[in-house]
Amino acid sequence: MRVMVMVKATEDSEAGIMPTTELLEAMGKYNEELVNAGIMLAGEGLHPSVKGKRIAFDGASRSVIDGPFTETRELVAGFWLWEVKDMAEAVEWVKRCPNPMLGPSEIEIRQVFEAADFGEAFTPELAEQEQRLRDKAASR
Amino acid sequence: MTECVGLPGSTADFRLCQSSRPGLTRGLLLAQVGSMASNETHHAIETVFRIEQARLIAGLTRMVRDVGLAEELAQDALVTALSEWPKSGVPRNPGAWLTAAAKRRAIDGFRRKKMMAIKHAEIGRDLEEDGTNRIDDIEAAMDDDVGDELLSLIFTACHPILSQEARAALTLRLIGGLTTDEIARAFLSSETTIAQRIVRAKKTLGNAGLAYEAPRGAERQQRLASVLEVVYLIFNEGYAATAGEDLIRPALCAEAQRLGRILVRLAPDEPEVFGLLALMEIQASRFHARVAPDGSPIPLTEQNRGRWDQLLIRRGFAALERAEALGGANGPYALQAALAACHARARKAEETDWPRIAALYDRLRQILPSPVVDLNRAVAHSMAFGPDAGLALLAGIEEDAALVRYALLPAARGDFLFRAGRLGEARAAFQQAAALSRNERERAFLLKRAGECG
Repeated sequence: MRVMVMVKATEDSEAGIMPTTELLEAMGKYNEELVNAGIMLAGEGLHPSVKGKRIAFDGASRSVIDGPFTETRELVAGFWLWEVKDMAEAVEWVKRCPNPMLGPSEIEIRQVFEAADFGEAFTPELAEQEQRLRDKAASR
Repeated sequence: MTECVGLPGSTADFRLCQSSRPGLTRGLLLAQVGSMASNETHHAIETVFRIEQARLIAGLTRMVRDVGLAEELAQDALVTALSEWPKSGVPRNPGAWLTAAAKRRAIDGFRRKKMMAIKHAEIGRDLEEDGTNRIDDIEAAMDDDVGDELLSLIFTACHPILSQEARAALTLRLIGGLTTDEIARAFLSSETTIAQRIVRAKKTLGNAGLAYEAPRGAERQQRLASVLEVVYLIFNEGYAATAGEDLIRPALCAEAQRLGRILVRLAPDEPEVFGLLALMEIQASRFHARVAPDGSPIPLTEQNRGRWDQLLIRRGFAALERAEALGGANGPYALQAALAACHARARKAEETDWPRIAALYDRLRQILPSPVVDLNRAVAHSMAFGPDAGLALLAGIEEDAALVRYALLPAARGDFLFRAGRLGEARAAFQQAAALSRNERERAFLLKRAGECG
């Protein structure tokens, strides 16, 4: 299954404080291990939210909000996409990650949706409906 | 870091080791220690073990020169971990801990049974001399040659002295960490059959007096071909899975892709390893677009390309580029990947670069001569240069014995004739194809096409 592994922001990362050389080295080594194990599909680090934008939707209206955003600990500072056998494997790999930030920090794992996740409830009719929706989206 | 890892294998777990013997399954072993830790902890430890086990077995195989024994020792180490980790916590470097536990068990085993005297002396001396019971040393040693050891284990599991089925089962067991039950379900076989297949394979390997090293020189290419064949077989088995089947079957694709991704790191100079990875990544990108909701297969040209996984396509392109940069553009896997890439590159079916596909098939038949390749080549030429070009190429292979009862041959001829406006002949060809087809849906499709010939 595919998971997105998100490194959450901290006050430091939002302030644009760059990681130390030691941390960069440790992260580099860790990334190597992920690639060697065949689970890493992609991964990127993100600039602080001060350079980000949000677009708020309400009916037909779209309004653009400039960063930085306040709820620091809920922001994403970087992410990986992994292909793992199950959530337990993802958890175990995350535990092996060096602390990605200078102070206390959090990493969040979220599973990427696939049709099979719906199990029995995902009937052929629903699959067909989804297919139609995707077809429409693709032809737009 | 040694303070957090307490060396395994000394006292409390000894009783467990005594009770473990060949043939005892992991399930039974786990049941024995079931009361010692909560299920949750067990699950976490098993996950750690699954991550570490290929490297663990690889290192142990080199030490004891026997895959079967190495696997047993690894299982013993798991049992030790299951009894100790719930008390001591999971060690900082679980791989090194498990290795230390298993190596200690190996020495205990040799001493206790007073057998294999020569090996005992060798291994005992080696271990005592280099102080391998120190975690740091093991860790350093693992950093040094873990790649070599793992590659050797893959080469061993895919050894040509084993049947293809045995190679696939052993690879999934030793490298992929699948249980016998999972492998059986994946290959639509019984657990007993698979268990016997694995036992026999390990025995065959044990009796063969292998070097347990990654081969070099001319032998390496031949052995590598065997490895790639096994990985692609596993992939295709998963790709053939149909809707409603056990989910372990489609999971074989992911398993094969993972093996491919591991292999490109272990053999970074081998273009065909990248070629195979590219082929699998690109084919897997269509996994969710290749069947209709009713389970019938959707031909490539009619698939909804919006459902193709662009991340996998990009990964496939990168691997293909690497294969070509290493001088492997004409390898059989790289060529098939290049063909798959042509389709992946076209955002719409009409944008498919058929002349390029035709040229790639011209090259593929040189290195991989096969009537099926010839048939696909004829289709590609018909798409690139018109139906008459396709018919001309078909004329050369229609007598091929391998294709005489192959429904897709008259189906292709019917299509070419239809596009050439020769409707009567086209109808006859579609009817012939329908008569040969053993697939209900395919037959219905062919009869429909016959009906469209007016």
